[in-house]
Amino acid sequence: MNGSKYLIFRGLLFFMILGSSFGVMANAENPDAEAHQTEEKPFEAAKHAVHHALDAHEFHFTNTLVIPLPIILWTDKGLVTFMSSAFHHDDEGGTIVEEKGMKFVKLHEKIYLLEEGATELQLNHEDHAAENAKQVILDFSLTKNVITMFMVAFLMIFVFIKTAKFYKKPKQEAPRGIAGFTEPVILFIKDLAAENIEGDKYKKFLPYLLTVFFFILFGNLLGLIPFLSNPNMTGSISVTLLLAAFTFIIQMMNSRKTYWLHIFDPLGNSMGVAAKIPLYIILVPIEILGIFIKPAALMIRLFANITAGHIIVISLISIIFVNESAWWSGLSVPMTLFISLLELLVAFLQAYIFTMLSALFIGSAVESAHH
Amino acid sequence: MDIVTPAVGQIFWGAIVFLILLFLLAKFAWKPILSAVNERENTIKESLDLADKTKQEMVALQAQNENLLKEARAERDSMIKDAKETASKMVADAKGKAKEEAEKVMISAREAINSEKAAAITELKTQVAGFSIEIAEKLVRGELSAADKQKALADKLAADINMN
Repeated sequence: MNGSKYLIFRGLLFFMILGSSFGVMANAENPDAEAHQTEEKPFEAAKHAVHHALDAHEFHFTNTLVIPLPIILWTDKGLVTFMSSAFHHDDEGGTIVEEKGMKFVKLHEKIYLLEEGATELQLNHEDHAAENAKQVILDFSLTKNVITMFMVAFLMIFVFIKTAKFYKKPKQEAPRGIAGFTEPVILFIKDLAAENIEGDKYKKFLPYLLTVFFFILFGNLLGLIPFLSNPNMTGSISVTLLLAAFTFIIQMMNSRKTYWLHIFDPLGNSMGVAAKIPLYIILVPIEILGIFIKPAALMIRLFANITAGHIIVISLISIIFVNESAWWSGLSVPMTLFISLLELLVAFLQAYIFTMLSALFIGSAVESAHH
Repeated sequence: MDIVTPAVGQIFWGAIVFLILLFLLAKFAWKPILSAVNERENTIKESLDLADKTKQEMVALQAQNENLLKEARAERDSMIKDAKETASKMVADAKGKAKEEAEKVMISAREAINSEKAAAITELKTQVAGFSIEIAEKLVRGELSAADKQKALADKLAADINMN
């Protein structure tokens, strides 16, 4: 039974690879034919997939339903705000918006400030970078991801304040309703924290671990809901950087002597000083690097997992467009469904891993000397 | 690579959102939830401890009951034994007494019989003596009509008496 399922899966995979390679081959063999046919550019699946995984200045539900978002820029001349609809959905830098005597364009979901005197954006022919404009780095716009963060925050406040209400009853009873859903997960995180952080110290870090777990989980799940423009909040390196940085700061702020001893004297009393010195020339730098590699891995793991899921889904859907035939949906749709279900698992798994590793890192920092 | 370039805006807003969220949830959600869960855990632990304790008490009580029962049984046995002993003793006593009494009665009866017998014999003797005297009188009167006869008789009588 299992074997036959696996076989079907392999078959589908084979056809998928075959199909997409045919598409690529067709494009590669016949560049002239295509150029002759129409002025239309061939469908660029990779570009679409990456673009989809990026942050955006608007909520793009369908081509007819686009919700513009406010753009907030900090420039040399102060704060500049306008709605993203001012660009008329242009993302190629063609539409210029003038505010406070400055000209802005939007190129690949980034806001560029045109150099003075320039009337239109010039692109470098080699790498398509802007030549006469520079990106506004201090871009505090309420982008798709930022709005998603707000949504996650409101959702969490709603869900958990409602859960908390259940416990304020004078008489205690078994968890029901929303508490029946959330309590087992909260207890799970509590046990997780207690396992990784020694003694009663875990209680201090539990609010952070709970918040970070549900923040990631809700973000992951929100990104999986179809037709909501699939915000890729937890697949944004900025967000994972922020969360990993929080874990790192908490870890450093609570680190004790034992932790630093493990880093600068990892071998302890097991060896004489003379033997330790040549080893430590290599070991200590590695341990010091490890301090930073751990949160960096935390950041990259979550970012890569969630982004990969989004890109795979878009790529699978793109099979239809690459091959320009609706028949490919027979392959593409079941595969997308499969990957979406897998992503559902990944949503929980990555939230769990991030929280577990955060607890582990914090636990290693607060450990007291007993061994 | 746009996709791996962190954006200032997202980090800025993310930090604000996350910190506010952490503060609000810690205060209004995690604290009441965790304290309630802890409380419930304690209650469950206490209940279990209490149940354990009660169980032990029950076992102790049961042992005590058994001891009590054993004691009661032993007491009952000893009581029955005592009662039996008393009863048999009483029966034996009664038997002895009855025997004694019977013996006494027999002895007194025998005595009475003996005394009656003796009395009867005495009376008989007196009566016999009386009769004898009467007969003797009569005989004597007849006999004593002759003087020698009188004397012979007197001798004979005297001899008789001596023999007795």
